[in-house]
Amino acid sequence: MTLPLLATENLTVALGDRVFCRALDLTVSPGHLIAVLGPNGAGKTLLLHTLAGLRPPAVGNLLLEGRPYTAWSGDAAARCRGLLTQQQSDFFDSSVLETTLIGRHPHLGRWRWESAQDLKIARSALIATGLEGLEARSILSLSGGERQRVALAALLAQQPRLFLLDEPLNHLDLHYQMAMLDLFKHLTSERRSIVLVMHDLNLAARYADKILLLDGKGSASFGAADEVLQSGDLNRAFGHPLRSFHVDGRSIYLPE
Amino acid sequence: MPSRRRALLILTALLTLAFLSIGLALSVGSLPIGFGDVLAVLLRQETPGAEIVRLLRLPRALLGFACGGLLAFAGTLMQVLLRNPLADPYVLGVSGGASIGALAAILLGFSGLGIDTLAFGGALATLLLVFGLAHGDGSWTQTRLLLTGVIVAAGCGAIVALLLAIAPEQQLRGMLFWLMGDLSNPGESGFTLGVLALCLVFALPFARELNLLSRGTDTARALGVAVSRLHRLIYFLAAVATAVAVSQAGAIGFVGLIVPHLVRLVTGNDQRLLLPASVLAGGSLLVIADTLARSIAAPQQLPVGVLTALIGVPVFLLLLGRHPR
Repeated sequence: MTLPLLATENLTVALGDRVFCRALDLTVSPGHLIAVLGPNGAGKTLLLHTLAGLRPPAVGNLLLEGRPYTAWSGDAAARCRGLLTQQQSDFFDSSVLETTLIGRHPHLGRWRWESAQDLKIARSALIATGLEGLEARSILSLSGGERQRVALAALLAQQPRLFLLDEPLNHLDLHYQMAMLDLFKHLTSERRSIVLVMHDLNLAARYADKILLLDGKGSASFGAADEVLQSGDLNRAFGHPLRSFHVDGRSIYLPE
Repeated sequence: MPSRRRALLILTALLTLAFLSIGLALSVGSLPIGFGDVLAVLLRQETPGAEIVRLLRLPRALLGFACGGLLAFAGTLMQVLLRNPLADPYVLGVSGGASIGALAAILLGFSGLGIDTLAFGGALATLLLVFGLAHGDGSWTQTRLLLTGVIVAAGCGAIVALLLAIAPEQQLRGMLFWLMGDLSNPGESGFTLGVLALCLVFALPFARELNLLSRGTDTARALGVAVSRLHRLIYFLAAVATAVAVSQAGAIGFVGLIVPHLVRLVTGNDQRLLLPASVLAGGSLLVIADTLARSIAAPQQLPVGVLTALIGVPVFLLLLGRHPR
């Protein structure tokens, strides 16, 4: 069996005295796409930041390629896992290409400048996110969806093996939602792994290998996509009844 | 990201500007001295006016350059740290504390080194107060730090006003000059230049990490930056730079706020270029402003802080207008 990219044992995510999930055993294998679902305020972002090593687990162990974050240097960890934060806040101007190049930081020595190779990687990340031709544009002039894709391009340029994405489909139109999900699927074919927070149940059902559902009350269900979606957990988590339909061999979930 | 060649080109141009501004400062004054003679004095030849250049104009020009550089340096760092384009070196109340110290020293009849020392002590005391009150880490503390700094600065402002109100007439003018920035007492130009050099030496290795910090702390940490360690280092450097500059030259406004923006309009926001370019531009601006301040209405000396603004504002507006959005 191959070493999982990321594994948690008995992980508890908590903020102050609020516990978001208890005793979570999560395994992210190479090439897997895992969707994290849950109601607002269920702790999805907090969990993702914990998985990214930005905050220590309240209880339990967290291993990135078999080692805890404390045993990783910042740069080495950044070459292994990348995080897309939920919001991009820009206080100072810079170009789309410059913003994409920040992903190359962990690959560069302290005194090295971005090389032609780094530029090439950044440019192909821009092409993959449909931003070719925009590289000289100011990020302050971009639309919300374009800005989101620049952030994704920076993450692609980072070339991590594990992508932790906090609502990567935010602000994206239908076409780019599908294009980005196809891109993520393509990344899994290179044995990279994706953990993404999302809200669309049907897209999660279609693309995810596994689903992690946080119910907002401290418990989490983790399993194959169909299992989690078809259990009653989903109704309980969102506090809203759902009905499933079968269309063209796929299950579709609609709120009642 | 500017190419390395473009970066070197910009820095060379600014370095030339720095040398020209210092040359101008050495040459202009009640006794005009030609560039050739200035050069001769610097090469240790005895020419008429050598004493004036060596003992008066050179220390003053170097101090002006160092203070301008320190303020621009601190301003650049503060804007990145607080992720706020309106941040300046004084945003944490440093100038307020230094002002109290300096004015108290003037009231007590101190001069020269005494004023510098009390000003530095005041700056340090406010910094400790602000950092102590806003203890902690994370984005919440950034806001808290900013608010604490603004409140402490406001408190210091009140005390400064009080000191001015109770000051005897004959000391008032010196106090007002100190508040607006004054280079006429160039005590420790070598020391100040040394502090500037040290600040750059410690900050430049982290320039690319600062670029990431300006994108947000979470993003920076996910890209491998040890954010809290970097925060501590940069706050420390910015605070020391400001405290030294203020204690040497008074609360010179404008340089620390506008020079980073001005340079950013030309170089972009890459700290690897922005930091050294701001230092050179801030230093040059202050030297030129001081030269004008002591020569326009000679023998009357004008406060240099007024001149930095009078030169900087039109230059900034011109660049802003030309900048394609």
